[in-house]
Amino acid sequence: MSTRLDAGGSRIDRAKPLTFSFNGKRLKGYEGDTLASALLANGQTLVGRSFKYHRPRGIVASGPEEPNALFNIGEGGTFEPNARATTTPLRGGLTVRSQNHWPSLEFDVGAINARLSRFLPAGFYYKMFIHPRSFWKHVYEPFIRQSAGLGQAPVDRDANRYEHAYAHTDVLVIGGGLSGLHAAHLAASAGADVMLLERETALGGRSVVDLASLDGGSPAAWVSQTAQSLASLANVTVKTATVASGLYDHGYVLADEALTSPQGLRSRLWRIRAKTVIVATGAIERPLSFAGNDRPGVMLASAVRDYLAGYGVSVGDRTVLVTNNDDGYRTALALVDAGLSVPAIIDARPEGGGSLADAAREKGIRIETGCGIAKVKGSKHVEGVAICRQAGEGAIVDDIACDCVAMSGGWSPAVHLWSHCGEKLVWNEQSVAFEPDPASSPTGADGTPNVFAAGLTVGSAEDCVSSASEAARAACGAIGLEIPRLVAPAVPVETAAPILAVWTMPQGAGPDLREKMWLDFQNDVKVSDVQLAAQEGFESVEHTKRYTTLGMATDQGKLSNINGLAILSKELDKPIPQVGTTTFRPPYQPLTMGSIGGEARGPLFQPVRQTPMHDWHDANGVVWEPVGHWRRPYAYPGKGETVEEAVAREVTTVRSGVGLLDASTLGKLIVKGPDAGTFLDLIYTNMMSTLKVGRCRYGLMCSENGFLMDDGVVARLSEDTFLCHTTSGGADRIHAHLEEWLQTEWWDLKVWVVNATEQYAQIAVVGPKAREILETLGGLDVSREALPFMGWMDGSLAGLPVRVFRISFSGELSYEIAVPAGLGRALWDRLLEAGEGHDIAPYGTEALHIMRAEKGFIMIGDETDGTVTPQDLGLHWAISKKKEDFIGKRGQMRSHMTAEDRWRLVGLETVDGQVLPDGAYAIGEGETENGQRRMIGRVTSTYMSPTLERGIAMGLVEHGPERMGEILDFPTTDGEIIQAKIVDPVFYDPEGERQDV
Amino acid sequence: MSDHRTALGGCQASGLVEISEAEARGMIAIRADLDNADLKRSLDAVVGAGVPAPGQVSDRARGQICWMSPDELLLMLPKAACDETLTRLRDDLVGQHALVEDMSDARAVFVLEGDHCRDVLAKISPADVRASVLSPGVIRRTRMGQVPAAFWLTREARAEVICFRSVARYVFDLLDAASSGPPLRMERPAAK
Repeated sequence: MSTRLDAGGSRIDRAKPLTFSFNGKRLKGYEGDTLASALLANGQTLVGRSFKYHRPRGIVASGPEEPNALFNIGEGGTFEPNARATTTPLRGGLTVRSQNHWPSLEFDVGAINARLSRFLPAGFYYKMFIHPRSFWKHVYEPFIRQSAGLGQAPVDRDANRYEHAYAHTDVLVIGGGLSGLHAAHLAASAGADVMLLERETALGGRSVVDLASLDGGSPAAWVSQTAQSLASLANVTVKTATVASGLYDHGYVLADEALTSPQGLRSRLWRIRAKTVIVATGAIERPLSFAGNDRPGVMLASAVRDYLAGYGVSVGDRTVLVTNNDDGYRTALALVDAGLSVPAIIDARPEGGGSLADAAREKGIRIETGCGIAKVKGSKHVEGVAICRQAGEGAIVDDIACDCVAMSGGWSPAVHLWSHCGEKLVWNEQSVAFEPDPASSPTGADGTPNVFAAGLTVGSAEDCVSSASEAARAACGAIGLEIPRLVAPAVPVETAAPILAVWTMPQGAGPDLREKMWLDFQNDVKVSDVQLAAQEGFESVEHTKRYTTLGMATDQGKLSNINGLAILSKELDKPIPQVGTTTFRPPYQPLTMGSIGGEARGPLFQPVRQTPMHDWHDANGVVWEPVGHWRRPYAYPGKGETVEEAVAREVTTVRSGVGLLDASTLGKLIVKGPDAGTFLDLIYTNMMSTLKVGRCRYGLMCSENGFLMDDGVVARLSEDTFLCHTTSGGADRIHAHLEEWLQTEWWDLKVWVVNATEQYAQIAVVGPKAREILETLGGLDVSREALPFMGWMDGSLAGLPVRVFRISFSGELSYEIAVPAGLGRALWDRLLEAGEGHDIAPYGTEALHIMRAEKGFIMIGDETDGTVTPQDLGLHWAISKKKEDFIGKRGQMRSHMTAEDRWRLVGLETVDGQVLPDGAYAIGEGETENGQRRMIGRVTSTYMSPTLERGIAMGLVEHGPERMGEILDFPTTDGEIIQAKIVDPVFYDPEGERQDV
Repeated sequence: MSDHRTALGGCQASGLVEISEAEARGMIAIRADLDNADLKRSLDAVVGAGVPAPGQVSDRARGQICWMSPDELLLMLPKAACDETLTRLRDDLVGQHALVEDMSDARAVFVLEGDHCRDVLAKISPADVRASVLSPGVIRRTRMGQVPAAFWLTREARAEVICFRSVARYVFDLLDAASSGPPLRMERPAAK
């Protein structure tokens, strides 16, 4: 069993004990522990059940490649599923629960799947769950949903906070091991701004565990000294506990920094723009594929020595080391040095190893060369191994009792980030690994290389240092800097024997053994599954991945990728480089949704645009309507009033007395210049250059295809200045539209445009008593003679500087008053005060919509949807026949745009007075060529009219205006048919007498 | 004008930096050919500075001229001087192709004070705020969170932020949130 040793553990502070709970048991650890090291220190080698077969699983690794040790941690608002024990720092009081088992970790009913494993091969789901068809929805999907996924979904709202941060740097170094530290140090000495990211909480990487010495002293001393020297430099930022998760085009890097802050900030997502990037992400050890390699107690050799050196934890008393390379020997040496037993080193290579093997032999460790593990004994924990010849089929030559198996299948450089931009890799036959192709690297905006690899190779410490020097030199060179002195730390020299490519152990293993050799621990993919996929015709590594689910879990195949494709390559009789790897994509490690969202949650989820009267609305019982990012009052229900009742009251108030509308959200574009009239004649379908100063005109804008895209009232402010009102949602879009035409097509026109939307608050005073209200305020002659319908004037109302437009969207006497935004609230308050005796009341957008529909006024977005022309809406009068050109003119000449069977605007009056459903379709005779019922029209706006006391609607109908008086059938979704008569769209005051008084 | 209100009525918050909504000020948008000699003369007479170089703010006692784009300036000055300056500029540019418009109420202004101004800006804006790039006198038009904004340092440890008035609440809350977390450079590397 695993335990904590009396001594050792460079990362833990034994003076600071912590307690935590695991499946309800109280366990102890130390500050500096990871959750994984703390569990091992407490003898907890069984940590979970596998995904598919529910096999007992233990900790395999010590870093982000860990596939098994995933837990539900925390409670309530800080609950988190699938927390990886090897990358989760231990916190005092942490609640930890294991996943994917029922009823308990020790006894799991789902383990029956393991007995059925021969019936659950690769592609089982695809083969099984398609018959019969109807079972998918009602049987299979609910079942799969219940059994899929390892952790539980959080129930409570996340109590943590998150933030983003943007950084810019000359040189970004990813990885704070020997290569990264060295490269950062050199780049800093060249005067570059340097940012160094290290995913662990401490710098140094493998060097502090694996190297005997560094620069003449202990590796830890060198790391500490280098870290201090970097920290003292103003041009260097070092971020530990920060995982680079993606490297994108042109030096854009995402990195997630884990935080424990008193403010509850849990992580910070860095968005980094680097001129150059040095990728020094090290390498990941590969497992070996032997039968039972997933038993708790079988661990990567590097992880065994990491737990020993970093945390003073022994994984077992007696450890058998199985390896195909020299590096694995380090574990045996470290264990023996710590006083633990290594009964044997099983080296698959017939010739054995180099200088590290000699050292092991000197310590009296038994070494079996040319051998492998035939199988692992024990079910919930390793009890021993059966030894065989690697060259054979698995005949047992010896049994060795042990409680830990340390395996080393060689190393794979962590090329993930390097490859995120799509860079190619080359297969190195000598080191049996994919490495960055020196001939290709990601490039910056200027097309020259901007990402450089440091130590992304399987080699000696010396190789790492020299490649880091070269990367630093190249990165600095790319930005015109030179490293003054290329110093490098001295590293110990080792003579290593070559690695042997071992993809199954033994190489001739039969089906029984291959069925027990795990490739992907997390998704339960075995050697036999990949072989089956190949036999069934899967040749592409990408297809095989998806068919077998190899490498598709939260570890994204960090352990299984190379082993899996090597099996596939063997099965297909194709060399490994020809089979290739699957695509490396961000994120390198899973990111939480919280981290991606950053601060954008709660009130900051989306900006809400507020008018100057927002607070008043809010305090007066408003029901809001989102309009773009704006919040507009929909209605103001009073005490005991429903929203519908409030809307009806508001309409009646305006039609019979006076109402107040916050119209501040309307777009207000100021267009000025000697060519402003010419420009607007091109932008609008109607003529604007003839508009007189002091007058207003309603105008339409079309897209270049001829479809109606915005409308509004234009006021001519002076000979060369126009104020163009746009729809509330259209202000920014139309501003951009005007700028684009001015900048790209009509750059010779002398016109300036400014978006003054937010400079003004705008209040509509509407209703038969509107004039009285304004007269009460005083300061301006607003009589019919002084300010006629469709006129505007500047002046002062109640002492406030205003611009008053006599325009009406309701059909009533109406003044729209613009005032500098800072005075909007003052004007609003004064209008309410002045109207007190007249029962003035504010009204919202729904009353506005009903009143415009009663008048047959169209609304952009209701009557239009990007496929409707002004002609469809009967707005021919607003399309100039005299103008040579305007945007959309050419489009409107196309045959289908002038076709007489286009759906055109009409009013719709239900026979029984009820309200038509919005969007309802009118059905015609016969069927379409698709065998569907033929449709001849649809409802675009529909309301209960309080004025007419019946349902009214507008709609687009085939030959509509020619069919006045006809009755159409509108089927509803519940099968009922509503009948409506085609009528004129102007339901109210067709002569327009009320607005022009 | 006691009737006049800024977007948030002078909101304040304290954290990594002190955040406060500035008092109303005059803001005049100018769109013109920036090489126009009359424009330069007029600005010099009004503020005591000519057209700033791209990305710069000309900061004088009488006001600031911000470079907004190759054909746009934003003139900031005390509110009391706004109307008079507006008239003066328009008069000076009569007959020229130029647009001079009062935009004093279209925006909100926030002032950040404290050593961590750059940290707060870097948490919500993608602009490069390193001292070597964003020195006092440089203006950045950029975004903050999800809305457009601009900022500049009036001196080290004091920044001014402008955004559109309608999103003043959002930007203030965003600044407050960024100011409520730890500074960016707090952690120092630890050796194993």
